[in-house]
Amino acid sequence: MHDKIIAKKDLDSFVRSLAQSRDVFAPVRDKASMGWAQIDSADNLEFDFLNTDFSPKAFFFPQNERLMHFTNSSRDEDGMIMEEEPPRDREQVLLNIRPCDAKAFCVLDLVFCQDENAPDVYWKDKRDKTVLIGLACKAPCPTCFCTSVNCGPHHEEGLDMLLVDLGEDLLARPLTDKGQELAADLQDAPQEAVDQAAGQKKASEEAITSTVDMSKINERPVLEEYEHPYFDRVFEACINCGTCTFYCPTCHCFDIQDETQDEFGHRVRNWDTCMSWLFTHHTSGHNPRGTKKDRVRQRFMHKFKYMPIKLGGAIGCVGCGRCTRKCPVNIDVRTVVNSMNE
Amino acid sequence: MNEITRQLRERAKQLLQEGTVDCVIGYAQGSVPMQEQPFFAYTPEEADKLVWTGFCTNNLANFLIKRSGKNAVVAQGCVSRNIVGLIKENQVQRENVYILGVHSPGMIDAHKVQNHFPGKTIVQVEEDGKDIVVQGMDFEERLPRKKFKRDNCFTCTHRNAVLYDEFIGEEGPQTGGGKIDNVAAPWEKLDSDQRWEAFEQTFKDCIRCYACRNVCPLCYCDVCFVDENNPQWVGKSLHEPDVYTFHILRAFHCAGRCTDCGACESACPVGIKMRRLTSKIEKDIRQLYGYQPGLDLETPAPLSLYQPNDPDVAE
Ligand code: SF4
Ligand code: SF4
Ligand code: SF4
Ligand code: SF4
Ligand code: SF4
Repeated sequence: MHDKIIAKKDLDSFVRSLAQSRDVFAPVRDKASMGWAQIDSADNLEFDFLNTDFSPKAFFFPQNERLMHFTNSSRDEDGMIMEEEPPRDREQVLLNIRPCDAKAFCVLDLVFCQDENAPDVYWKDKRDKTVLIGLACKAPCPTCFCTSVNCGPHHEEGLDMLLVDLGEDLLARPLTDKGQELAADLQDAPQEAVDQAAGQKKASEEAITSTVDMSKINERPVLEEYEHPYFDRVFEACINCGTCTFYCPTCHCFDIQDETQDEFGHRVRNWDTCMSWLFTHHTSGHNPRGTKKDRVRQRFMHKFKYMPIKLGGAIGCVGCGRCTRKCPVNIDVRTVVNSMNE
Repeated sequence: MNEITRQLRERAKQLLQEGTVDCVIGYAQGSVPMQEQPFFAYTPEEADKLVWTGFCTNNLANFLIKRSGKNAVVAQGCVSRNIVGLIKENQVQRENVYILGVHSPGMIDAHKVQNHFPGKTIVQVEEDGKDIVVQGMDFEERLPRKKFKRDNCFTCTHRNAVLYDEFIGEEGPQTGGGKIDNVAAPWEKLDSDQRWEAFEQTFKDCIRCYACRNVCPLCYCDVCFVDENNPQWVGKSLHEPDVYTFHILRAFHCAGRCTDCGACESACPVGIKMRRLTSKIEKDIRQLYGYQPGLDLETPAPLSLYQPNDPDVAE
């Protein structure tokens, strides 16, 4: 596939053509924060931002998602029978998504679609109907460490197309058939633009100064890592709020509830978090993760030990640094991983 | 290193060496700007990590609940008042806590600083006397500290610890300079529809992470009403009535107990101003009952006490 070029001044028509038959979303500034918003032109697009505050995981795995609904009446002939929600009727595009967030979706595919024949239909339907157009990172944030966890500022995995900001122009690299189709009308990129993008990739990677080391975590048997003395201290400051997991693009725990009101009821899936004691509380009264230490340990063991073992080496972290930026008590994932690795 | 930090480390070391306490709960320098970390020093060596800066925004009283052994804790005015409250509510034993009182310079609001630099990455923020020096990836700016203080620190009435075993550094001015009555004033001008609208605006972005609840020393119930599921009082989604119910009930649970420490607002990842709600309750308790929480160990909290001459009974 050839690299293409698109002048920023022509971006508007590109976005408008995308928006004709799809819902297009992109990071848009709202005062001091960057959020995801629907766009139909290139007017509010920004190219100088670090990443969105919230990860885009909610596009496929919303914080609250109605799975089914029912009439809440046993007298009604159709009452208490679950009816499924209709699938998405339009394609969507996530434009200017960061490489780490796209990679996170690949990790979550391994979770939600483990069994090809029985995938999570809610996740899969939206994934299949979405095109991901990434934007490579020029100036990584001091908390970014994607290069240590199988990702990077120009990482291509999971994307249909990668854009590299060259100033006046964007280099557009189609990566899949979907991407190629969207790039069909674009000009081929001149060699100097390709070289410039390659130079930028190197510079961005070098600009990421924080690293984590997982070599010993990988080697050590599970129980030995589980009993690492470091876990006796790391949880102390944690307030078990779960903010880290809500902001994380790869955290995916949920709870399913039936909610009813008058004659109507629905089954909803809500984000839950390993940080909450309630999450693992059994009806028997037993709680396998009854203490704060158990819960904090779970978060890190899950991402950096259990997931790699269970999912063929895939790490449950893409290095976006959101958990570190948002934690109210400064529990820094990099410090934790490096200490687990000692 | 500032003078308070130096003295704090020295005293913490001695207390641990002598065995007066098993642990000193204070703050260590955080790994990201404007975010010091609650820190537990068990050895004299660990005491060398303690710091005292304008970024110590968590409420350390929270960490005393259900803790075994004897703990020293660093406490400015509001935190000491929360410790008093916890002792009164039998959550902390007075003899098991050794309070290292400090004066608060007024803490910095990280949201305000970040909002001053939209879209920019802040790499470091340092305090320099009356200023803060903010360094970013491609800029440096000196700002007056005063403008970036947390809202609650402006209207603080007790910046010195009210209860302590020893005081670190000098006592300083008691108040933040702002008028505490003004905080609730905006509500009082609104009719009930407008109040509801202002309330909805305030809480619309809440993601129900519960950082505000978990960081607060008042929220120590074994099972919070939002976690109860038999019966389930509140739904679990972001459905507005459930989000609002959580905030209204939490605010009422804190009535006559909240010290306006501001930890809840500092912890909120989306910057919600939940003190807008507690401020009105704070004022009502102060004016109707002449009571400010946590000032002494004797006066009973008004809402845990029945009196025939209670203002609402008298009417
Ligand atoms: S955000 Fe921080 S305090 Fe909250 S649960 Fe996560 S690690 Fe703990
Ligand atoms: S664990 Fe933290 S750094 Fe890793 S993907 Fe999640 S939010 Fe990002
Ligand atoms: S973690 Fe890497 S890919 Fe993600 S925003 Fe930072 S530099 Fe970009
Ligand atoms: S900390 Fe903020 S977002 Fe979290 S529950 Fe409280 S108000 Fe809502
Ligand atoms: S409600 Fe907020 S201001 Fe009041 S004591 Fe709790 S954390 Fe402090």
